[in-house]
Amino acid sequence: MKILRFLLAATALAFAGAAEAKSPPNVLVVAKNIDDIVSLDPAQAYEFTSGEVVSNLYDRLVEYNPADIEKLMPGLAESWTIAEDGKTITFKLRSGAKFASGNPVRPEDVVFSFKRVIVLKKAPAFILAQFGWNSENIDQMVKKVSDSEVAITIAENFAPSFVLNALGARPGSIVDEKEALKNVKDNDLGNAWLSRNSAGSGSFTLRTWRPGEAVVIEANKNHYRGAPKINQVVLNHVAEPSTQRLMLESGDADIARNLGPDQIAAVKDKAGIKVETYPQAAVHFLSFNLKHDKLKNPAIWEAARYLIDYEGIANQLLRGQMKVHQAFWPSGFPGAVTDTPFKLDVAKAKDILAKANVQGLAVDMDMISSAPFTEIAQSIQSTMAQGGIKLNLIPGTSAQVITKYRARQHEAMLLYWGPDFMDPHSNAKAFAYNVDNADTSPQSTTTWRNSWAPAELSAKTRAALVERDPAKRLDMYRELQRSVMKEAPWAITFQAQAQVALRAEVKGFIHGPTNDLVLYRDVAKN
Amino acid sequence: MRGFATGAMRAASGLATLLVTLAGLLLVTFVIGRVMPIDPVVAAIGDKASQETYLKAREELGLDRPIWVQFGRYIEGVAKGDLGYSSASGRPVAEDIARVFPATLELSTLAILIGVLAGVPLGVYAAHRRNRWPDHVIRSISLVGYSTPIFWLGLIGLLVFYAKLGWVGGPGRISNAYRYSVDEWSGLMLVDTLRSGDWDAFESAVSHIALPALLLGYFSLAYIGRMTRSFMIEELGKEYVTTARMKGASEAQVLWRHALPNVLVPVVTVVALAFGYLLEGTVLTETVFSWPGLGLYITNSLFSADMPAVLGGTLVVGLCFVALNKLAEIAYPLLDPRTRTP
Repeated sequence: MKILRFLLAATALAFAGAAEAKSPPNVLVVAKNIDDIVSLDPAQAYEFTSGEVVSNLYDRLVEYNPADIEKLMPGLAESWTIAEDGKTITFKLRSGAKFASGNPVRPEDVVFSFKRVIVLKKAPAFILAQFGWNSENIDQMVKKVSDSEVAITIAENFAPSFVLNALGARPGSIVDEKEALKNVKDNDLGNAWLSRNSAGSGSFTLRTWRPGEAVVIEANKNHYRGAPKINQVVLNHVAEPSTQRLMLESGDADIARNLGPDQIAAVKDKAGIKVETYPQAAVHFLSFNLKHDKLKNPAIWEAARYLIDYEGIANQLLRGQMKVHQAFWPSGFPGAVTDTPFKLDVAKAKDILAKANVQGLAVDMDMISSAPFTEIAQSIQSTMAQGGIKLNLIPGTSAQVITKYRARQHEAMLLYWGPDFMDPHSNAKAFAYNVDNADTSPQSTTTWRNSWAPAELSAKTRAALVERDPAKRLDMYRELQRSVMKEAPWAITFQAQAQVALRAEVKGFIHGPTNDLVLYRDVAKN
Repeated sequence: MRGFATGAMRAASGLATLLVTLAGLLLVTFVIGRVMPIDPVVAAIGDKASQETYLKAREELGLDRPIWVQFGRYIEGVAKGDLGYSSASGRPVAEDIARVFPATLELSTLAILIGVLAGVPLGVYAAHRRNRWPDHVIRSISLVGYSTPIFWLGLIGLLVFYAKLGWVGGPGRISNAYRYSVDEWSGLMLVDTLRSGDWDAFESAVSHIALPALLLGYFSLAYIGRMTRSFMIEELGKEYVTTARMKGASEAQVLWRHALPNVLVPVVTVVALAFGYLLEGTVLTETVFSWPGLGLYITNSLFSADMPAVLGGTLVVGLCFVALNKLAEIAYPLLDPRTRTP
């Protein structure tokens, strides 16, 4: 026992006073799960964390202010003009704007950046490809006009607001052509190098990315807005929320990004810590796959909408991490519908099912086996049972669930959808448009995945896409949302909310509605 | 000459066994990976990529070829020292493993040292005091180590020693302040910080590895201590021990000079197994302590059906087990003359 006591005392002495220094004053330390990053090349980055990093490393021609997403703002383009036919937009580049390398931002860089997205054909390419751009025509569609102007042409007469909104997304990032071309390997347009390095004009430059460990970005003092207030941001990979909480409480982290409801409840009243909630663009839903005959009856879809305890899940189970939202376009965005006509009403659901003569229905529902899906699924299973629908839960990993969803092999699916760019078309296409329901034409849309092909709504979605009057266009999307709410084989249930815990001395952090809009340029530590 | 020929035969036989073992391991892992209900292309490019991008990625990953061709090409690559590219990240698997394995090796080595240095003496002492209170205490310590979820114990350890007392560093391998000032020479943080001569960085590395190493060491201790106790109890019941006692040998001599050397062969086997399991990676510990090790790498790769990464990790784990077995085999004759072959 003497030996044991000696060992314990020696261990304690060895580590006494070894506590770490708190995060330095000019460095922001963020505890976050970052193991989703695949690449930091804006032509390839399509995961949550890589989107956030890329948005801090690169500027776009047009951009959103995370604090006010109603308006699209000038970015590297200080102004733009739209041709009479609406098919060509000419951007005037901001004079004096420079990349972090010191190279000036030129029209050639814009042409190069858009071209490499199309030619490389990585995951985000479809956002620019929807303009009718491809490897063959891209040289004609994006052109230098003068030393300070670049013009883009789209193949069809889409609404200019749609085009501008899409250019404000990640693949619209402008890359320093000279730097990228210095690092080309096997004709990859710098893809391999840009996956781990940056060549942008954004507020920060990439110092290092160590997969599964950390991403470190440093202030770009060349930025046209001036240098950011903080010198360095460290995104530390901390997968476990409880560990994030401990780091925040001990001051080793300034921001904890992935705390669950329990951790948020535990830290929100602690001295020196504040919790802020930001509405997110992702909407959650429960869908039925019409490949199965037993699920084709619209009465089932309607009854299901009354067999979900929306308020109970949002307020009791998820405690602020979701809010009730039942339209496909998230609230806070222009054109969103915030009506919530459905609430838990078992009697009404039973009545609907009885009138349609639906009895003894059993449905397998796939779901990702992690929070918040588990909590939501269990609640829905319980309320569905009250209405006479037996829901069998089939949990799986995210990749497993999506593999099945993509192959349309599910019966019911509990999932979420986040817009790819800040235009209602992004979600209208997902929830109201499907003109080719063939198995041989796979689409990522919720409509195709659930084998629902609404001809009339598809036509209306198309009409809204080409409507040039912005106010009328938004009205068209409102009408679409209300139609989908009533007619679709799914129930849209919640809109995600990011609950972020910060040290009280952190000021100026804004978590925009998408990861593209998590910007660190205004963050300071007092 | 005859001895040389016998040695060469043994070496060739050992090498053949190693190659067959590894090939079998890879084949089983490959088949498991292919029957998993996860599409590696979707895992690599996400859910929303166009069909054109999907088909391009599928072709780039070689998944459009028959399975046996895929496996054949993989084995051919491995034979040339190429572990391929991770389908999820696009990075060379060898590079990924070179990054994560040293983290696991460093942690596991410290943990097994703690497990052996504390577990063996505790096991011997417990056997000596069988069914008395020291034995009960040591068995209870082992039982707690065996039955407590390591995830929970890790969090409690962090809460007490990091968040409350501030005795140890937090998650990760080193403080952010030193992370980029230390040259990555070996990948072993303790070695690299020592080599750099930066004592503050070394202290930070020690304070970060202390808690996970003690925790894993405790779990190894529980296993090694329990097994050592069991071996020793059996040994202490043998006649030669009674004879030694009758001849007036002290209890310490009986334990450490007579009985312990006779149980070292099974103890070494147990230690090799425990070390192997540690090197395989301890996913939950790595998760709680944000320790970028091999276990977490293989698990994450498996969830995204990233077979080149899973196969590369499996190969390394397989090699570790084979190497540890071989080391144990080499140790046996040194520890017990009866196991020497003529």
